[in-house]
Amino acid sequence: MAKWYLVYLAQSHPGFRKAELESIADLLDIEASFESHDMDHPFMTVLLEDDEQAMKLAQRSIFVRGVYELWGEGSDLDSLHADVKSKSSHYWPDYMTCSFKFDLVGYQGKRNRKDQVQLFESFAYLAFEGPIKMKQPDQIFTILEEYHVVGREPAATPDRMWLGRQVALGQREFKLLENYHLKNRSYTSTTSFEAELSLITCNIAQAAPGKLLYDPFTGTGSFLVAAAYFGALCFGSDIDIRVLRGKDSKSIKTNFKQYGKGYLLGDVLTMDFTHDAFRKSLRMDTIVCDPPYGIREGVKVCGAKNEDRFVGKESVLVDGQLAHTRRDYIQPKKPYELDALLDDLLQFASERLPVGGRLCFWMPTENDAQQESRIPQHHNLELRYNLVQSFDKWARRLLCYVKRDDDYVGTTLTKDQRTVKNNFRVRYFQGFNKQPST
Amino acid sequence: MKFLTTNFVRCAIKSCDGAVNSFPLKYSEIELVQEEQDFQPEFILGILPRLDWPAILKVAADLGNTSLPSQLPEIDINDPSNEILLKDLHTLLIETQLVQGKMICENCNHVYHIKDSIPNFLLPPHLAN
Ligand SMILES: C[S@@+](CC[C@H](N)C(=O)[O-])C[C@H]1O[C@@H](n2cnc3c(N)ncnc32)[C@H](O)[C@@H]1O
Ligand SMILES: [Zn+2]
Repeated sequence: MAKWYLVYLAQSHPGFRKAELESIADLLDIEASFESHDMDHPFMTVLLEDDEQAMKLAQRSIFVRGVYELWGEGSDLDSLHADVKSKSSHYWPDYMTCSFKFDLVGYQGKRNRKDQVQLFESFAYLAFEGPIKMKQPDQIFTILEEYHVVGREPAATPDRMWLGRQVALGQREFKLLENYHLKNRSYTSTTSFEAELSLITCNIAQAAPGKLLYDPFTGTGSFLVAAAYFGALCFGSDIDIRVLRGKDSKSIKTNFKQYGKGYLLGDVLTMDFTHDAFRKSLRMDTIVCDPPYGIREGVKVCGAKNEDRFVGKESVLVDGQLAHTRRDYIQPKKPYELDALLDDLLQFASERLPVGGRLCFWMPTENDAQQESRIPQHHNLELRYNLVQSFDKWARRLLCYVKRDDDYVGTTLTKDQRTVKNNFRVRYFQGFNKQPST
Repeated sequence: MKFLTTNFVRCAIKSCDGAVNSFPLKYSEIELVQEEQDFQPEFILGILPRLDWPAILKVAADLGNTSLPSQLPEIDINDPSNEILLKDLHTLLIETQLVQGKMICENCNHVYHIKDSIPNFLLPPHLAN
């Protein structure tokens, strides 16, 4: 029978948490509802089938700090004790003889040593007879507290308290984010995407062992490395050969090696996404990317900006060889419209994803009300999540689409139908003051 | 470029889309290197359903390997005798690197290059516009 667990979540990007937890539950067949999730609080109670499911969730989530079998909750210590006594006494007999310790987790507040000891001793009625072990006890009973902040100081007493038996801690408690932090990674550049949100993106994209993940705008491969952490086979492409090649013998490949995931790097290919070379029958289970928004450089595709200048060039010979087939030939690039590229991306995803497969990509936008009209839509793709990360003057959104079968008729919103264009670059440099020209 | 990837790519030119002989590409003047990778039997097993086996045979033949079975055998991971086959596939698909050479579309004869292990599918203007 399902039971209640307390889930302790990191407060780093609360707007992304519910989507992450739901995506993991869906991927791993964990039956759970996260409807009670509240962005303003790090603790939530969730009904889960058993400890195994709780462990799976903790193991996979980037947000989860810990999952605890819930023994009681209250607004102060007295009400906590009353709740523990009335709700959890059926759990007690199982833990009579095992080794154990008590632990305290305070969110935005803490207690001094003496206070802590007193707090732990107040649970003496549990009457556990096993030895207390500070290192690697069989069980850890944790008191969790949430304080609010008054001015800059924590309030004197917590608003809410819980007692739980620790089932699992999340990977972020074991230096996952430090290990994957860009500053600790062998190959990065200015386009690299921060580790925590890359990992979260790949969780929402449901990267997993046995799946193939493709990033069409790979750059330094931030999403590929994150997807490999979750065990997916990774393919990437980029129009810029230099970024794929790396520098000072550092590259995407050395990043994969650094994390012990070399075998999961399929390949990175030099390719213009609008002229991709993947055979149509190749199933791509999930697509993740950060398209070129051209903050530093505009969107580019293969081709000649001024076609007249290239008339006849296709038959130019160099040393008896067609120039454009030589190894050292450099393919010219021309500018392309971002909105067209986004439409191409959705079309591609609708053709290559299996039903249920996900497309997740980031899109910078400013903080204004016209957002929705700018989000591309495809009739075979259901927009499942539209999550915002806000900065000072701008924001970026993680859009997650799920491929549906042919019976599904969703909204279509192509570039010509979008009322406001995503000329983010122009608007970025104008400081978002003016209304966009459409 | 891993041997595996030869099974996933075809000519990037739009007019070759759907042409039977635009996949697999023809591999010529290829420099090969064996690069050791962790052997993960489950991982190899997971890749097999994605493969186009006739294309594997063709590219392997381009590269001088004609010893592959004409049909991909059924593989049961619990049968230890399959370990050898999985290991062979691992060596071929994951450890065999195409470092330099040409990839040619047999439909339109366009030549693509592999440069320092990275295949280049960028198109010249008259084939991209
Ligand atoms: C925002 S960056 C992505 C950065 C990447 N997430 C990383 O970890 O470094 C966008 C990338 O798209 C590439 N790009 C631009 N136009 C492209 C095209 N037509 N096809 C493929 N890649 C393209 C750029 O070279 C750039 O590396
Ligand atoms: Zn061709």
